[in-house]
Amino acid sequence: MLKSPASGSSTAPINQAETKAKIEASEKDFSLNAKDKYYALLFLGPSLLILGVFIFYPMFKTLYLSLFLTNTVGKPTVFVGLSNYINLLTSADYLNSLAVTMVYVLAVTALTIALGLLLASLASKKLAGIGIFRTLFSSTMGVSVSVAAIFWLFIFNPSTGFLSLVSTWLHLPMIGWLTDPMWAMVAVIITTVWMNLGFTFLILFGAIQSVPTTLYEAASIEGASSRFQFFHITIPSISPTLFFVSIVTLIDGFKSFGLIDLMTKGGPTNATNMLVYRIYKDAFYSGNFAQASAESLILTVIIALFTLLQFKVLEKRVNY
Amino acid sequence: MSITLNNVRKDYDSETEVLKDISVNVETGEFFVIVGPSGCGKSTLLRMIAGLTPITAGEVKIDDTVVNDLPPKARKLTMVFQNYALFPFLSVWDNVAFGLKARKLATDDINARVKEALKMVNLTDLAKRKPRELSGGQRQRVALARAVASDAKICLMDEPLSNLDAQLRIKMRQEIYALQRKLGLTLIYVTHDQVEAMTMADHIMVLNDRHVQQIGTPSEIYQNPRNDFVAKFFGTPQINILPATRSEENSHMVNVSSDLQIVLDEEAPAENLQIGIRPDDMKVQLAEGVDANAVVKNTEFLGDQTIVYATLNSGNDIHVVVPGKADFRNYEPIKVTADSNLMFFDATGKRIDISKEAYVHA
Repeated sequence: MLKSPASGSSTAPINQAETKAKIEASEKDFSLNAKDKYYALLFLGPSLLILGVFIFYPMFKTLYLSLFLTNTVGKPTVFVGLSNYINLLTSADYLNSLAVTMVYVLAVTALTIALGLLLASLASKKLAGIGIFRTLFSSTMGVSVSVAAIFWLFIFNPSTGFLSLVSTWLHLPMIGWLTDPMWAMVAVIITTVWMNLGFTFLILFGAIQSVPTTLYEAASIEGASSRFQFFHITIPSISPTLFFVSIVTLIDGFKSFGLIDLMTKGGPTNATNMLVYRIYKDAFYSGNFAQASAESLILTVIIALFTLLQFKVLEKRVNY
Repeated sequence: MSITLNNVRKDYDSETEVLKDISVNVETGEFFVIVGPSGCGKSTLLRMIAGLTPITAGEVKIDDTVVNDLPPKARKLTMVFQNYALFPFLSVWDNVAFGLKARKLATDDINARVKEALKMVNLTDLAKRKPRELSGGQRQRVALARAVASDAKICLMDEPLSNLDAQLRIKMRQEIYALQRKLGLTLIYVTHDQVEAMTMADHIMVLNDRHVQQIGTPSEIYQNPRNDFVAKFFGTPQINILPATRSEENSHMVNVSSDLQIVLDEEAPAENLQIGIRPDDMKVQLAEGVDANAVVKNTEFLGDQTIVYATLNSGNDIHVVVPGKADFRNYEPIKVTADSNLMFFDATGKRIDISKEAYVHA
């Protein structure tokens, strides 16, 4: 039909059909032939293999296990549907862990961002020797969790620790940093914030440095105080970065494990029994793999929600 | 409000005397242009007036107050930056209102001023847009509106048009000029573009090599440059500067290379001279044999005029502007003459005044 001589007289339907055929033909040119597919698989192969073994398989296995009861070696025995989840969400103990984690994560994020921002804006001033402070402020990035935990354990030590020495000098009441439920939480928060500061400082410092100086100059000519400039130029300029570090810190907080294990082991009286530490104990101390699997999935959902939020917001704001 | 600079000097840690002995008086309501090649310190000078860069020595006065140690906001001026310095996260309206809010003005007052300023630069319809949704010219107008809204009587502009294309530049040039006149602003305008300087300025300061080269009205600067730098900086195409010597036989006679001869009514002031001739003050005609003193190298037809590029017999290149279309072929021998508006410079480039008419002979 397309080849009929009438197509030269260019009636509309024939033209449309012609165009469509042309488009299809050109699309075909870009589609993969057998050889291309082979190369695609070759390049994708290694990462698919690694992700499959270490991410996808464990994830589906976790989902599977969470729907069963398991024996002490983690083999599924009886299918119980969602009852693991229902049990968890009605257990006061688990809800306590959830609440404790929330308190911890929110406090850590708020403090990390506030202190990181403070240090970053201090370090942005052009002063003699400021390079030393910039290095110091970012130095906790190079400290491992175990070193940090042990370092702070020394400071929190009730008899020889720095903090108890200070309290003695100042005649303040002694605080059982790691034995009092409330103070244990405070101690863990302080240590985590200290750990986080290096990274947060560095990212925020970079963001502040990239704000064009003419914005500040224009503002100072127009009569804006430095306080006004900070809240009306610096903060809005770095808000995408602020949001990014907040979410990263938040997600990191949810996954906190090493510090808890080394400092409090979830105690005293479950006051610092965060979600991940709880999963670890349920699975490897109590041998309750099914319940631990269900907990893992709940945590995955929580983290996925925050990640999604981050993507949505950053997508919108990345170019202002 | 007037601005006075007295022997202003600027040293940096790495470099001393970036600017030296800058003295000038800018009158109230004047359009004052600081012009010079890039790196001559003109932006530094502007920033010192604004208070963004400290002054090493000398004094800056606004009206009769020395403002050397006053912070920018106490100097009651406003500034338009080359990159406009708009806040990317604020709408056009909020950008214009920024300084007013910072100064905690009453909301009604802010709204009235922003509205008026946006109206003045024809941006009322775009008030809700973000800077990234505007074209270059529109962004430029937001920066202008910000200056207008601030109500300061002194406005500093640092190469405000250099990010715009040629057509828009001409249009914005006129808008800035009209705005300055309408508001009676004392405007100090920094540019490297001599055309901007010539077309807008009441007075021009030419800055080069750390020093003020000349201060004057556009016509003074063009017709009466104080040295060869100023002469070369203004006018397109550039002035022809040719080496010349006093004739040994006749001290009233000056030989421009071996091609032109000038007879003066007075004795030539120095042995070695430089002669400046604007391209449109020269004449060309076809010539043959000994009459010819140059060869056509190339011609550029621009519609209303033709630029003839030629090489004098001595080897010096010159260019001549001929009105309309000139039909010269390449390598054609020509005779180049000039008989008015000659400028004499000494060997160091300093202008020498020669009172009497001079002639150029082939």
